[in-house]
Formats: sequence, C-alpha cells, structure tokens
Amino acid sequence: MSTAAVQFKRDARRLSADRRHREIINTALNKYAVKRDEKKALFQDWEGARQLAAEIKWEAVNHLDRYLEQFVRGLEARGTQVHWASTAQQARDLIVGIARSRNARSIVKSKAMTAEEIHLNEALEKAGFEVVESDLGEFIVQLREEAPYHIVFPAMHLTRGEIRETFEKKLHDAPSDEPEELTMVARRVLRQKYLQADVGITGANFAVAETGMISITENEGNARLTAALPKTMITLLGIEKVIPRLEDLALLLPMLATVGAGQLISGYNTMYGGPRQAGETDGPEEFHVVLLDHNRTALLADAEQRDSLHCIRCGACLNVCPIYRNVGGHTYGTTYPGPIGGVITPNLRGLQDWKHLSYASSLCGACTEACPVKIDLAHHLLQNRRNASQQKPSLWQKIAFKLFAPVANCRVLWILVTKLGRLGQKLHPLVLGKPFDPAYVWTKTRDLPPVAQQSFKEWWRQRP
Amino acid sequence: MTVTLFIPCFIDLFYPQVGVAMVKILEKLGHRVACPEAPACCGQPAFNTGYWHESRAVAAKVLEQFKDAEVIVIASGSCGAMMKVFYPDLFAGTPHAQLAKTVSAKCYEFSQFLVEKLGVTDLGARFPHKVTYHDGCHSLREMHIHDAPRKLMASVRGLELIEMQQAVCCGFGGTFSAKFPMISTAMGEVKCDLALDTTAEYIVSSDSSCLMHIQGLIDRQRKPLKTLHLAEILAPS
Repeated sequence: MSTAAVQFKRDARRLSADRRHREIINTALNKYAVKRDEKKALFQDWEGARQLAAEIKWEAVNHLDRYLEQFVRGLEARGTQVHWASTAQQARDLIVGIARSRNARSIVKSKAMTAEEIHLNEALEKAGFEVVESDLGEFIVQLREEAPYHIVFPAMHLTRGEIRETFEKKLHDAPSDEPEELTMVARRVLRQKYLQADVGITGANFAVAETGMISITENEGNARLTAALPKTMITLLGIEKVIPRLEDLALLLPMLATVGAGQLISGYNTMYGGPRQAGETDGPEEFHVVLLDHNRTALLADAEQRDSLHCIRCGACLNVCPIYRNVGGHTYGTTYPGPIGGVITPNLRGLQDWKHLSYASSLCGACTEACPVKIDLAHHLLQNRRNASQQKPSLWQKIAFKLFAPVANCRVLWILVTKLGRLGQKLHPLVLGKPFDPAYVWTKTRDLPPVAQQSFKEWWRQRP
Repeated sequence: MTVTLFIPCFIDLFYPQVGVAMVKILEKLGHRVACPEAPACCGQPAFNTGYWHESRAVAAKVLEQFKDAEVIVIASGSCGAMMKVFYPDLFAGTPHAQLAKTVSAKCYEFSQFLVEKLGVTDLGARFPHKVTYHDGCHSLREMHIHDAPRKLMASVRGLELIEMQQAVCCGFGGTFSAKFPMISTAMGEVKCDLALDTTAEYIVSSDSSCLMHIQGLIDRQRKPLKTLHLAEILAPS
C-alpha cells in the first residue's frame, strides 16, 4: 500500500467513527442542500441546463488548442503577459520569478485551488515572501496551518468557537463567537494586507476565449481587492478553464452558484482582460496569466475520461458523496477530494499511489447525478480500478477471482459451497469477533446472516 | 410468458424466501418460471474491483445460460444493473459484445418487470405496517427505477410508506464494505438513523445485498428496525 493509502485508511477509520465530525458536516451540508434545491427549482429545465453546460464544456475541451490560443491572443492584445507551465515546478518558478522581478515583499491571494494543487504558498514563503489568503475561509485555515477542507467551503469543518480560538491565538483579537464580529476582525487585518501587498494572486473560474478575459466569481469582494490594489496581478489557472463564448457565462455562472453554494448568483462576478489601460484610473500595472497543464493533457488524451476536464470545481459531487460526508475533506490528502478527486488524482498524480481513492467509493452514483457538467464520475472510478488492476494486479485478489469463476459457474461446486457455508457458520462462533476471524472485516461491526437451512436452489430442485 | 429468473448468490444462500416469493408471484400471475442452476453470480464483485478479465469468465456463463430467455428478471437491482448496464461495457470489443447487448435488452429488475413490463401494480397483498423504502443505488441511478416499487407498495392494504429525507447509499457497495469497513459502517449508521427518523418498523428494498448490510448493523447495534425485501410483502401466502 502506498503511503497515501495508509494515511487515507488511518484517517478514514478515525473520522468515520467521529460522531461530532459527522454531525458538523451533515448539518452544514443539509442546510446547503435545502438552498441548492430551492435555486435549482428556479431553473425552467435543470436537466436541460446540465446538458447544455456539458455541451459547452465538451466543445471547449475537445477544441482546447483553438480556444486557448484565442483566449491568449485577446489577453496579449491588451498587454497581458501570458506564461505556459507544463509542470507544477515551472508554475511555481514562474510566479516566484515574477514576484522577485517586481521586488515584492508581501503577496495577497484570493482563493485558487490550482495554487493549492502546486503548493504555491509554500514555494512563495520559502522564497521569502509573505503570503496572505484573503478569502475568509482560506484565511482561517491558513491561520491554522491546515489545507482547505472543501474546494468551496474551506473552513466548513470548524465551529465558530474553534474559529474564535484560532483568532485569539493567532491574531490576539476575538471579541466573541459571533460570525459578524469575527468577520470584522478578519476584515481589519486583511484591509491592511491589501494596501501593503505588492502582488495579488488570483485563480479563475472561467477563461473566455471569445473576449480573452478571465471570469472570477466570489462572495466577499476579496478577489476584486486582490486584483485591483496591488501593482502586479497574477492569475493562475488550469488550461481546462477555457470556455468558448462570453454568453456561456450566462448559464455557467448561475449554475456554479446554484450547485456550489445554493445561491442564485454569487455576490461579485468580475471579468479581467488586461492590466490598467491608457486612460483608466485603476487596475494593476502588470497582469500575468499563468496557464497550468500539470498532467491535464494526459486526461485530454484519454478519450474515456476526457470529460473529467469539464469540472468547474463547484463541489457538488463532494456535497452529496456519502463517503466525503463521513471521512471529511482532509482525509483524502489531496487538493481535490471526494468523487472528482477519486477520478482525477490517480490520473494526475500516479495511478498506483492514488488508486485507493477510486476504490474508496460504494459506486452509489450520487456524484454523477449531482454533477452540473455531467462528468461520468462513478463510471470513471470503475475505469480507474480496471486500469490499476490491469497495470499491477494484486496477486491474492486475482487468484481469488480466478478461482471464483469456475465455482460460481458449476452447479456441483456451488452445492459444495452451500454445504461448506453451513459448516463454516457452525464453526464461526469459535473465532467470531477475533482479529483472525476470516470474516473480521465484516463481523467487527456487523452481524452475518445465517446460511439458510434450505437454499433457494435446493428448494428449486426439490419442487414437484 | 416464460420468465427466466436470475437468483444472485446472496439470495440463494441467505435469503431464499425472496426468490421463493418471486416465483410464487410470477406463477400467480400466470407465467412460467425458469431458473438456470448455474451460474450463481453475475460477476459484479470482480468487475467492481477492477478485475474485468476474471469478471468476464463468470459473466460469459450468464450470457450463455440466459441468451435464449424470453425475458430475464433479476432478483436484485445491483445484479440487474450489472447485467443490463455494465455487461455491454464489460464485453465491448470482445466476441461476446453483441450477445451482451442482446441479453442486456431482455433484463428487468423484479419490481420494474411487474410494473413496466406487465403493467401490474396490485397483487392483492396486505401488510398493515409502517415502512420506509430504501432505493438501492444501482436500481435508482443505473437502472433509473424509482416509481415501480412505490406503485407496488401503494396497492398493499394497510401499508403506510414514509419516505426518508434523503436517498442516500446504505454503504454496502460490495467489496467496498470489506475494503473500507469503517466507512461502510458509518454510512450504514447514517442510513439507519434516516430510517429511524421516519418511525417506520421496516426498511423495505428491492435489493437484498443492501439489506444484508443494513440488517447486519441493526442486529449488532440492536436497533428497533427490521428489513424485508419487497417481494416478501407482495407474495401470496
């Protein structure tokens, strides 16, 4: 088992038994579900909207070369400096290099999962820069030196009491447990940081090819301040973020808000197309866009799972996933948790090291049903399992399944299995509940049903 | 017509009364029932674990035994999804590809067969109890069966159906329940809590494999709930 798999199993065991954790996550996600369903009901035809969104993303992903070039041409025409990064290391070096070239000391950042993916903060801090997350949830987990718990709700695992304690310890300012007061504390700290920052780093929700602009959607206005106040703006985004037309946002933005946060539309929706233009009164002096591959092209080459590049990082699949809801976001040990993480992580970071995420699913399909861009998530988990065991089969499983075939296929052998099952069950109490019980993985927490005195097939055979 | 019944391993060994109930119902409706004795498995455990080659060795026998059937009724939504939805994927590009499609087209889950194929909803059954219904995920999301079992229950005298707040997975998931028993158990607990919230006495389902997991937890944790397959409620006594 890989180190990542050992860690996953250990943390999953601990958290799935943690009733307090289960309560916090379920309460939060049940509230979300009510709001999401209210907003979904406002769509005239939700299934039609999903189909359309999937087609938009399909068109973009299947013509990625053309749309990326169009996107870049538009940006460059307004004086944006566009950089291509094949690897995480290249992206980190590029961004550190830009910050150095601007003699920056302080960097303010708005929410960007791609930055988490390439561990940008660590790289910037190692290079001597101060980096501050400006999204409230991200700010909180940064203070706690934790990874985001969820791709949309980074601090959803924390109670307001825990947030107050964190502020008390790290900021020495926590008047009460009230969310409003705690938010005011964060705001006071962050406003100073925006003013001091030399560089602002953002992610992007969409990259519009037609106009050569990035689209950022948010609720706190922190991305706007991050983009507008520092003299240099850097946007880091995955190459799959591109969409063909401006009008596609008319569907994708409300859709993202609906399934992402149960909102009609997010509070702030902004388009950025370049640095401050002649005659403009605000905006950054320099605007850099870093386009990240980081193995996305490997998914692009995979006809079977190419649709996983449709992902708009809304978190809808996490929110409905019964595994995510029981083991929590940190257990996955990866930037993208839940079903989408189980699909893409083994493809982006190594099949053998991360295949356990594809196996850690009951294949219930709630994710596939929830995905607004119709990624065939549950089936991709099955394909990852197939690919993993084809590439490197587990010997004992292969033997077990090989032996099972003739037994299941042969009437006489199955009769033998039925009789042995009854005998085994008679002897089972001798080992029941002990770790050397062959059925321990089941019997540790569940009873086994008794083998029937007369099996169905025995009944069938003796029927008149 | 002649209905060829597929009885999965867990019904054969642990819940024969479910298969017996189906035979009685189908015969009462005037159909002849056939049931090939081999194979005992649809091949899903190997398939879901990623061992498609080994799965095909099991599933090929199913194709061979069921290829001439008029209709195939599967006594479990999960095995039903395997045969109806996944066999064409499993055999794609193999000499059995066409046969897999032919067999797939003839497959019905039991409640789906009664309601959608036969147009039967009232079997004259009586069950004066409060029940809640567990949608097996493969029934619901792979075979898209939602209304059929509910229509059948609506005709049962005395039966009061109280729906759970969410259609969430019970946590069984086949080999998942053995590979990640702690997560599977937590999911089962959530399922039982949702069922208990309805004040129902019974969790009814069209999938005995889910019920095996749920009942295993109920027995271990001594929860005031019982499980029953839908066919057991509908069968003539």
